[in-house]
Parts: sequence; C-alpha cells; structure tokens
Amino acid sequence: MSIKTARRIRLTLSYLVLLSAIAIVIYPILWVIGSSFNPGNTLSSSTIIPENATLTHYKKLFAETDYLIWYWNTLKICFITMVLSVIFIGLTAYAFSRYKFVGRKNGLLLFLILQMIPQFVAILAIYILAYQVGLLDTHFALILVYVGGLIPMNTYLAKNYYDTIPKELDESARIDGAGHFRIFWQIILPLSKPILAVIALFSFISPFADFILASILISSDEKMTLAVGLFNMIKNEFGNSFTLFAAGSVLVAIPIGLLFLSLQRYFISGLTAGGTKG
Amino acid sequence: MTHRKSAALLSIIPGMGQFYNKQFVKGFAFLILAACYFIAFLDFLNIGLWGIVTLGTEVPRDHSIFLLVNGVISILVVAIGLGFYSFNIYDAYQNGKKRDQGLKLSTLKEQYHNVVDKGFPYLMVGPGFLLLIFVVIFPIIFMLLLAFTNYNLYNSPPAKLVDWVGFKNFIEIFSLDIWRETFISVFAWTIIWTFTATTLQVSVGIFLAVVLNQKEIKFKGVIRTLLILPWAVPAFVSILIFSGLFNDTFGAINQSLLAPLGIDSIPWMTDPFYTKIALIFIQSWLGFPFIMAMTTGVLQSIPGELYEAATVDGASNWDKFRKITLPMILFTTAPILITQYTFNFNNFNVIYLFNNGGPAVADQNAGGTDILISWIYNLTMTSAQYSKAAAVTVLLSLIIVSLALWQFRKTKSFKDEGMI
Repeated sequence: MSIKTARRIRLTLSYLVLLSAIAIVIYPILWVIGSSFNPGNTLSSSTIIPENATLTHYKKLFAETDYLIWYWNTLKICFITMVLSVIFIGLTAYAFSRYKFVGRKNGLLLFLILQMIPQFVAILAIYILAYQVGLLDTHFALILVYVGGLIPMNTYLAKNYYDTIPKELDESARIDGAGHFRIFWQIILPLSKPILAVIALFSFISPFADFILASILISSDEKMTLAVGLFNMIKNEFGNSFTLFAAGSVLVAIPIGLLFLSLQRYFISGLTAGGTKG
Repeated sequence: MTHRKSAALLSIIPGMGQFYNKQFVKGFAFLILAACYFIAFLDFLNIGLWGIVTLGTEVPRDHSIFLLVNGVISILVVAIGLGFYSFNIYDAYQNGKKRDQGLKLSTLKEQYHNVVDKGFPYLMVGPGFLLLIFVVIFPIIFMLLLAFTNYNLYNSPPAKLVDWVGFKNFIEIFSLDIWRETFISVFAWTIIWTFTATTLQVSVGIFLAVVLNQKEIKFKGVIRTLLILPWAVPAFVSILIFSGLFNDTFGAINQSLLAPLGIDSIPWMTDPFYTKIALIFIQSWLGFPFIMAMTTGVLQSIPGELYEAATVDGASNWDKFRKITLPMILFTTAPILITQYTFNFNNFNVIYLFNNGGPAVADQNAGGTDILISWIYNLTMTSAQYSKAAAVTVLLSLIIVSLALWQFRKTKSFKDEGMI
C-alpha cells in the first residue's frame, strides 16, 4: 500500500467520523426545531420535516402561556445575579490575593470545600430559612441564594488571576500615596477586566441553567423562570403540549446559543484558568 | 500585678481594660457595643439555645424545626460575640504589655488609622462572607444537625415534636436491609456513572479534536462550530429534548431511527439498564464539546518540530499520537479533567430532568438511575424522609470534603509570600 493510498484512507475515515459526529450532534436540534413547526400537539406527531408547517405554537406560547413573563423573570434574575456576584467576588478575591489577615488560610480552605459541595444538598434548609424570613416565592431570595452559591468557586478564579498581577504595581502606588481602595479601583480593577468578564458570564449563565433552586423557592406561575416553566410544560401533561415545549426551547436555545458561540473563547479561558491553578 | 494582667482581668467587663489603659474612647465604644449586644440578643439567645437543646417540649406551642433554625442562628450569633469578646481581652492585654515595657500607646488618631488599615481586608471580605454564612454555611450546618434527629413525614411539626436521636439514622442506613441495599446500589451506580460518563465524554472530545485538527481537513471552522453546539444550547433544554426523543412509545429514536432498521422498540425509560445507557450517551453528547475545544487549544500549541523529528526517526502516525500528542494533552489538561469527574459525581440535572432518577425498582427506595445527589433530592421532596436525606447528605459531604482536603494539600494558593 503506497503512502498516498494510506493517506486517502485516513482522510476518508476522518471525514466519515466527523460527519457522523455532526449528524449525532445536529439531529436532536433539528428534530426539536422541526417539532416546533408541526401542526399536531403531541410527541408522536413530531417529525424533523413538518408536512404543513405552522407558527401556531409560537403564537400560542405568547398568547396562552406565561412564557414571555418567564423569559423576562429569567433575564432579570440572571442580570442582577451577575452584577452582585461580580461586585462581591471582585472585592473578596482582592482581599484574599493581596492581604495577610487572620482567618485568610481558613477562609480559603472553607471556600475550597464549599465549592465542592453542591449548594442544593441543603435545599430543605434554604426553603425553611426563606420561609422564616418571609422571602419564599420572591426573586430576591433566589438571587441571594445564587450569588452566595457563586462566591466560593469564582473567588478562586479571580484570586488566581489577581495573583498574576505583579505586586510591585501596588507597592509603587502605595509609595506614591494611594490608599487601599484607590489601588484596587485604579490599578487592579482595570487590569483584571478579562477575568471579571469571565465571572460575569458564568454568573449570568448558571442561574439561567438552574432548575432545582428555582423550582423549590418559586411557586407562583407568574414568577417562574424558564427552566421551571419549560419543565412543567413537558412533564405535567406529557405528550399533550410537546410541540409547545419545542417552540419554547427553540426560542431559548437560539439567543443563548448565539451569545455563547460569540463568547466561547472567554468560557474556555475561564474554565481552564479555574482548573489549572487553584 | 503587671499592667497587662490587670488590664486583661478588668476586660472581663468589656471596655474596662481599655479604661484602665486610659483609652477612654475605645473603652466606651466597647462597653456600648457589649451592652447593645446583650440588650438586642439576650432573649433571642435564651430561647434559641434552649430550643436547640430540647427541640421543644410542648405541642403545639413549640415548632421543633423553627426552634432548630433559631438555635443554629443563636450559635452563630454567640460565635460572633465570643470573637468580639476575646478581641477585647486581647486588645487590653496587648496595650497593658506596651505600658509594662514603657512604650507609648497609640493616640486616638493612630488607632483610627490602624483600624482602617488592618480592617480593610475584612471590609472587603465582609459583605460576601455574610451572604455566604446565611445562604450556604447556615443551610449546611442545619442539614448536619438534622441528620441527628428523627424528622420525617410521620414525625413532623406542628403536630409532633422532633427529637435528637444520636447516630440512629446512620446506623439504620447500614443496618436496615432496605436502606443498606439502596445505599449500596445507589453508591455503586454513582461511581460507575461518574467514571463511564466522564471517561467517555473526555475520550470522545479528545478523539474528535485530534481528527479535526489534522492538517488536510477542510472547513475546520464550520465543523468546529457545529460540533460545539451541544455546549452552546442550555443543558436543561437539551436534556428535556432528549427525554422526548427517547420516549418509549412516541419518541423519535424508537419510531424514526430504530423501527426502519427493523429493531423493536427499546424500553429507554422503563428499563433501568437502557436508561443508564441513554444517560451515559446524553452526558457524552453534552460534555464532549468543552473537552474538544480545550484540546484544540493544546494541539495548536504543540511545536511542529516534535512531529518532524518523529517523522525523521520513522515514527508512524499512531506512534506520534501515542508518544507525543496524547501525553501532551493529558499533561496540560489533567486538572480540568479531574473537575469533570467531580462535576459528574454531582450531576443532578441530567439524571433528574431526563427520567427523574427512574424507572422505579422493586425492593429499594431509590429509582434505578438515581445517583446520591438525586436520591437525596427525592428523599426530601417526594418521600419526606428528611432526617435520612440529611444523613445521606452528611455521608456524601464527607466523601467530597476528604477529596477536597486531599487536593488542598497539593495546591499553591495558600502560601503567603509577598502579602501585605
């Protein structure tokens, strides 16, 4: 067998592998898009290429369900969570990176342990606490829980990044008479924009993807988030409103997918930074 | 008696030691703070600490679970109080010592600067930490305590009181047949799930990255974007879509893919074995794009000379992959691969959203595909076995914490060089 034939076989096999991978990846996505245009309501009538394509389900979604409200709720919760997380995490990580203070080591150890225990193992306690302070069924409680849960892991991420900013910068600023907060604000903050962007991205996406906490803390229909709303749509009356669910999913997946594809570089850099050091 | 001893002794009443050291403003501030603390919290602490010891004595006046919540908060408040109290004694002692050595004490202005200076890191950490205490640490302590009570559906307030039962829940998990068997089978599946699903997603990711990044492959960018789609679509949406695709009777996999090939419907949702296969497939589908994207980065950073040298030495493609590419990938990405395993160990979403941990299995109180974390969820939310769920949570946390501590010993983040 000549080198040329061997190469041709290798390339053919490679393309075959890639094509089948693409087929497997794309099939569920095309199927759900197809289903959302299907005239029927049920799972059994869902096909990739609908015969009499219709927009009924999209219209129904806006007219008869709280879909738009869920969408708005989700975006609102994600946005506020993102802003608060970046503030809390940016400040906490700065102290851990630059100062030696009593409790620093134990604090870091605590964060390391907490980031490994998933927050929702204590859902019962979170529920009871929210009940006792009268915050059950409010977005406020949900946001607080999300922000708290994001702190341990992302503080590490930010701290590791701050650690790479040379300490000489702080020192020369201190000699020039800059105070603690000014050093943070004018030197560290501008230099750490890339990692803060990554943290902002993470803290926007993780409430978006959360199902459990939202399903426990929120009970009224008009306060639900997308994950809970879509889950109820598919599980409560399985089969009967599947195409409606499909339409809902498509409208979630497309904007988030596009946002993600345009920012994926940041995701990779953030996740890599979180794993390699730490 | 030396100044340091008298100052420390006087500080038993907060502020007095500072008065003794002639630091009147500070002493007055301490005294007021202590008084406020007692006025504000005395009643609360009294009931709180009584509540956590007894968990209530009278029905329906006492609600054991609320008493437990208040008790935990009381303990946190007491801890903060004790911290302040020991700082007060420490401060008086230190200043007394300065006087013994004939040093001058800081003036009010210096003290103020000192507080701002030393207090700055606490000011930065404070807000985040306070939030963490209430929404993360408090719930975990509460679950820990709950594991030692008999709180469940039949024994719950306001109708009944909950009691401390020591290690009974843990003993029952290992001594009662149904609990022991369930625990063992759930734990075994958790381990198998973690290893197969993660290893598969990692291998597929690395494999596709290597195939895609061969020099001769065209349309790399397009293919890459298409293959990364499962990562871009929110996971909960994909999992719910899969639960429709895999539906036994109506799902497209049985109807449109397998039926034309003459294969009978496979019971994806009703036979635990097939559900497990489906879950591992779904997780690989969800998880490989990240590994692929990351590996692509590594591949692009391997210097071309390595391969040229290998070619000169007569290495085959397979040799090059085995001796150069794979070691490079594994070496650079090892820490991230580990986090992929811990992630799947606690991967609640895929298990719960796909088939709710089901299908149900005879002779055990967990579904056939429940992993520890989804079992805990079902014990709490569906069967109201709160204290048992808490006990399993404690066991799960012990496993995780020991892993974390083991990893902790190897990290560099804890060295303090160059700190202020």
